[in-house]
Amino acid sequence: MLALIPLFPLLGFVVNATMGRRLPKAISGGLASLVMLASFVVSVISVMKLAALAPDARASQAPEVIYTWIASGDLKIDLGFRLDQLSAVMILVVTGIGSLIHIYSTAYMHDEVDSEFARYFSYLNLFAAFMLVLVLGSSFPVLFVGWEGVGLCSYLLIGFWYRKKSANDAGKKAFIVNRIGDYAFLLGMFAIFAQFHTLDFRAVASAVSGLPKETGFGILSVATLLLFIGATGKSAQIPLYTWLPDAMEGPTPVSALIHAATMVTAGVYMIGRNAVLFSHAPATMLTVAIIGALTALMAGTIGLVQNDIKRVLAYSTVSQLGYMFLAMGMGAFGAGIFHLYTHAFFKALLFLGSGAVIHALHGEQDIRNMGGLRKALPTTYWTFLIGAIAIAGIPPLAGFFSKDEILFETWMAGHWILWTIGAITALLTAIYMFRLVFLTFFGERHAAADTHGHAAPGHGHGHEHLHDAPPPMAVALIVLAIGSVVAGWIGVPHALGGHNELHAWLQPAFAAPARAGAEAAEAAGEAEGAEAAATSTELTLIGVSTAIAALGIFIAWRIWVKRRIIADRFAEAYPGLYRLLLNKYFVDELYDAAVVQPIKVASTEGLWRGFDVKLVDGAVNGVAAIVSASASTLRRLQTGSVRTYAGSLFVGVVVILGYYLWR
Amino acid sequence: MIPLSYYLVLSAILFSIGTAGVFMRRNLITILLSIEIMLNAVNLSFVAFGRAAGDLDGQIITFFVMTVAAAEAAVGLALVIALFRHKESLNPDAFSTLKW
Repeated sequence: MLALIPLFPLLGFVVNATMGRRLPKAISGGLASLVMLASFVVSVISVMKLAALAPDARASQAPEVIYTWIASGDLKIDLGFRLDQLSAVMILVVTGIGSLIHIYSTAYMHDEVDSEFARYFSYLNLFAAFMLVLVLGSSFPVLFVGWEGVGLCSYLLIGFWYRKKSANDAGKKAFIVNRIGDYAFLLGMFAIFAQFHTLDFRAVASAVSGLPKETGFGILSVATLLLFIGATGKSAQIPLYTWLPDAMEGPTPVSALIHAATMVTAGVYMIGRNAVLFSHAPATMLTVAIIGALTALMAGTIGLVQNDIKRVLAYSTVSQLGYMFLAMGMGAFGAGIFHLYTHAFFKALLFLGSGAVIHALHGEQDIRNMGGLRKALPTTYWTFLIGAIAIAGIPPLAGFFSKDEILFETWMAGHWILWTIGAITALLTAIYMFRLVFLTFFGERHAAADTHGHAAPGHGHGHEHLHDAPPPMAVALIVLAIGSVVAGWIGVPHALGGHNELHAWLQPAFAAPARAGAEAAEAAGEAEGAEAAATSTELTLIGVSTAIAALGIFIAWRIWVKRRIIADRFAEAYPGLYRLLLNKYFVDELYDAAVVQPIKVASTEGLWRGFDVKLVDGAVNGVAAIVSASASTLRRLQTGSVRTYAGSLFVGVVVILGYYLWR
Repeated sequence: MIPLSYYLVLSAILFSIGTAGVFMRRNLITILLSIEIMLNAVNLSFVAFGRAAGDLDGQIITFFVMTVAAAEAAVGLALVIALFRHKESLNPDAFSTLKW
């Protein structure tokens, strides 16, 4: 049953990849969307079955083994899928939002020729299949298959417009940066196998739960830190985040699905999946939290000054992922997954909204050339606005609950510095999101757009003919907008009279299997007690974060609606700071100088011109030269005179016979 | 009874004459004849050895050699005629184009 969930998209991939070029768009796109919907239906049925079980039994189901994949010595790996509370949330997000984005794509990609259109959908289906393997896998290697697979699809889709050099470069960058993380992830897996002789998640968790928490920096810290480096690659955290903003070269629905809603959250999921393991390594947990908070802040500040609509959203994604890691690092796994889940809705919505804007403007992505689109694109405007409010954290929209829970957990853990960073990031989030809204949809359309902005060949529309999102796009936008409003309601905190159902649902999945029930009850009891004591604190914090969000929106409104000039004046007053932010802290340049250039030089001068040209080519050419030189001497022997040959033959015979006669 | 060494000495003399002919004469037909002399020198030693050993092996191999020699003469003469038609010459030094 579980195997069907990734199998459906895989089927779509096979059909579109083999026959897609001969199929009309309606069939290839329709099929791709249909298999995703089928997968969604199966997911819903599976999750309902899971929910029907007793809470204790949910997390400890035996995995559904397809077959034994590797059996060698004491290493035995099954290709097995396991559905627990955490996977349940993930498969619903992946298949649900994935379906919507497939539907959206049928309209967005409609300008492509049939074969390209089918190629796009085959990649998208393949991605969904791998992502589902990733979240359903019952052991590290199965997760890793999905992990690598989604990386591949990410590469293929970023470089989808392969005739564009920047898209190719971005694809390569994403792939290579991810490889660095994946390498560390592999090492982490090896460390775990060396320690526990198993790679099954539940088995590792129960083995770990018998151990005391590490106080120093032992094997668990090393293993988890390596896994976390893998997560920083996949989930775009410091220091491996640089690929994600560049990944915006891909088609916008891809950015929404892969580089915002699902794939980039794989790192967060992976930590949640190994919650027991990670919580036994406090050193790693603190690292995770600090990296998360710093990433959130840094990406937020960069997002303030970027001018490409998709890049702002990309930095916003990096920033929100930082929040999730902050939550994970604080041990608030439920809060992190909650934010992952709500973020999937509103970030997918925002990306699809930006896609609708780009689609309407025929490829224009620079927000300085936009403006006043509120009237022309009402559906896009309203849904985008909902997404922006949700991410800014205004109650009762989705982003508020999850972000607030993270900040609350951080505060309760006593890390007020990290809380401050989180709060500042929340302010920045509100500012840059509403900067985007105001610059795109308010004010007047800027003249620059007419002169050089959308010089896409073959377009004959003036912007009087701006068309709002066509039906498939509008459907996806509206469903996601509704999701962005209501998604948070399953995690209403106790302080506001809710029960935080998601938290209770997820809790057993983060506990060690043997004592899942007991610990969950204990945690719930603890939570009740702590919750009661903390209610006043939480209410205060809710007030503070709401005020922060409102303040951010107000600042954005002051700057970009009332008097746009202020921003420019600020930039003029602090040119250094502005350039630092505009150039993304020069991190790309730093990596280029510290890593890319040395490797390039070493490869060019050492490996190419030195080893390859001198040594390898030298050996090959040297052999040829020796043969040629000796041959040009020896060929003098071939005189053409039969007499000489006979003479040498005779002499030879005499010499050999003579040797045998007189030796 | 003539001792074996007499036959072998005669055979060696005939072989040397043949070899000298191959190297010294400047006529292809003479060279062919010289090769025949060399073959016959070998035949003589085969027969002599056979006689000394008291069996027929030497005589049998001689018949083989003679058959091969006949065939060789036929092919050799045909080649000589073909070469002569080509260059109007029987001097072996005229046919030295097959070189570096």
